[in-house]
Amino acid sequence: MLKRKTGKIALGFAAAFSASAALATVAQARDLTIVSWGGAYQDAQKKVYFEPFKKATGVGMNDESWDGGVGVLRAKVQGGAATWDVVQVESDELAVGCEEGLFEKLDYSKIGGEAAYIPPSVNPCGVGAILYDFVLGYDKDKLKDAPKGWADFFDTKKIPGKRGLRQGPKTTLEIALMADGVAPKDVYKVLATDEGIERAFRKLDTIKGDIVWWKAGAQPPQLLASGEVVMTSVYNGRIDMANKNEKKNFGMVWDGALFTLDSWVILKGSPNKDAAYKFLDFAGKAENQSKLSENIAYGTSNKDAAALIQPAVLKNLPTAPDNIKNAVEINVAFWLENIDRLTERFNKWAAK
Amino acid sequence: MTDALLTGADASTEVPLKRRLRRAERTRQVKALALVAPLLVFLLFTFAGPIAGMLWRAVDDREVRQALPKTVAALANWDGKDLPDEKAYAALASDILSARGAGTIAIAAKRLNYALNGFRTILTGTARHLKTAPEPDTAKETLGKINPAWRERTTWTTIKDAGGPVTGFYLLAALDLTRNVDGAIVSAPPDQAIYREIFARTFLISLGVTVLCLILGFPVAYLLATLPPRRSNLLMIFVLLPFWTSLLVRTCAWIVLLQSKGVVNDSLHWLGIIDEPLRLIYNRFGVCVAMTHVLLPFMILPLYSSMKAISPAYMRAAASLGAPPLTAFLRIYLPQTLPGIGAGGLLVFILALGYYITPALVGGAADQMISYFIALYTTETANWGLASALGAVLLLATILLALVYGKLVQGQQVTGGMKN
Repeated sequence: MLKRKTGKIALGFAAAFSASAALATVAQARDLTIVSWGGAYQDAQKKVYFEPFKKATGVGMNDESWDGGVGVLRAKVQGGAATWDVVQVESDELAVGCEEGLFEKLDYSKIGGEAAYIPPSVNPCGVGAILYDFVLGYDKDKLKDAPKGWADFFDTKKIPGKRGLRQGPKTTLEIALMADGVAPKDVYKVLATDEGIERAFRKLDTIKGDIVWWKAGAQPPQLLASGEVVMTSVYNGRIDMANKNEKKNFGMVWDGALFTLDSWVILKGSPNKDAAYKFLDFAGKAENQSKLSENIAYGTSNKDAAALIQPAVLKNLPTAPDNIKNAVEINVAFWLENIDRLTERFNKWAAK
Repeated sequence: MTDALLTGADASTEVPLKRRLRRAERTRQVKALALVAPLLVFLLFTFAGPIAGMLWRAVDDREVRQALPKTVAALANWDGKDLPDEKAYAALASDILSARGAGTIAIAAKRLNYALNGFRTILTGTARHLKTAPEPDTAKETLGKINPAWRERTTWTTIKDAGGPVTGFYLLAALDLTRNVDGAIVSAPPDQAIYREIFARTFLISLGVTVLCLILGFPVAYLLATLPPRRSNLLMIFVLLPFWTSLLVRTCAWIVLLQSKGVVNDSLHWLGIIDEPLRLIYNRFGVCVAMTHVLLPFMILPLYSSMKAISPAYMRAAASLGAPPLTAFLRIYLPQTLPGIGAGGLLVFILALGYYITPALVGGAADQMISYFIALYTTETANWGLASALGAVLLLATILLALVYGKLVQGQQVTGGMKN
């Protein structure tokens, strides 16, 4: 009796200590589980992807939402209790998770072939879902002269008031450099040097007292609406939604925007791989993707989707030719290498 | 012979008695243990086990060893004075080739990049360019050509230090320390040395909030303890209602109140007290206000329960013996509330240490507490070693504080200076 108990305790310790050792789990028969970002975005996905997919294929599926973080996926997969199958991830989660072997390698022949997708969205571990931007957002009702770009964002004489930026070095340093006159295409070249990093922080110093730092995507529209800030960096879809659903009059500057992709991945060891591929194939089709863009202002990954979208909608998408002309893709490799060091550097600067 | 028999008999009756006693004692202990066993096992499983596992991650360092086993073995006897010999280079080349096949290169690269920024590029770049195993005796030359970093001593000491199986690297990093190329412990470079400052900030904010809670909570608790039940019950509901409201709701309510076009600023403006809105939020002030509000009930309730037990007769006796009100309060009443102050203070302080949501929402970039960084490294950058090390330092500091508190309380004699 007692012996069995100590065995149990030992087992408990073993389980806790070897969190890295994936425990063999019995694949339970459960429905396909798809995980996305929640909010209005997931509502749009439900409308154009999830519900029609269930109807069209008869596959049992349910959807959940999450807040991101590769640590969460690592815990899911390594803990051996992965209750998720298909997850939408950001570009850095895709890269790190791919390196750590958290995702299944995709067989593109099952989802329409690589040629069907725009090049940046093709990755061995995941396939592009949406393309979106960090843009400069402002309230047209409050600003008589619209800002032209990041240089105006840093010009408190021309446009007085507070500015919102995302807390942390990512996106902040790129924006500071563009404001300081670095061309969008050269941003990461400059940022790769110590001098470039110094330059970015020097530029940030000029408006340090006027910055309100936001942490979650829902905050910037809130900050604009309450008049706490006059301009802010913000996801383009959030501005669009505030204008549509809350009758706001917010404007965006596409010049010098930072764009990035979210991708669909299949978690390693998913018991529902076939159903997962069926879903990715469905969500990758041009006619389905064009419907998503009409519901929410994000660009999509299928090459032929843009042709099916009404011109009025298209001009507000990150993938519209005019909008992507002067945009920079957030450099995942750079941030993987430097995020910890620059996060420390950023907090050092903030505390000064 | 008979003597021997007798003593033997004596001995044989005495020993079993002792033994029987011991056995009875043991049976009692086993029964007691059996009664608490389910709870004990539950706690081990859900509490002690995971925490031990978390702490273990702060020193666990097997990623490089698993990805580059031959290199780690070859460097075991290297003194670190000059560049390692040809054997180590050949081992590294062969490790890189097999790790590339197994897909473990990036994991080692990530770990080495923590210690030496840029290592990710060095290792993954080398893996990309190294097509086949170099000819015998040319490994050093080949690797040096691919990336000049392989001709640097620091590159190799970094690999040796990360060879595991356990490391002090993360714990040192959590205290702003690092090992230099010669293995001596030195301060981290100034632009990366932030954690001591953040621990200090965390303790300072917690202390400030505790003091504010005490100043605000003491009179309220006194009122609660001395009012007639009917009115004190109503007041108690006012204390408990926010206590039952979601933390997030209360934090967001403060944003509405304190923002530059919020209720407080608008009222002050309307009254003509200010022309420009005051900065009441996204700074230290906002953090202290919101956290004090959220934690106030944790101070009031222990204070209330200790005050409830104080008989009003003491104060009356002090007054009749000629003590002025202040003296009576300081020498009779206050000492009797010390246990409540101690319990409330410790509770608020320790809860405040781990606060995350409130400072994240109402604080600026310079007001984030240590929990923000633990969360950042746990979920976003997946640097679990550093996250665990920061957690371990916080846990240790908290335990030390609790021990000091315990000592202080034990030394207290709550007699209110009325020793004869």
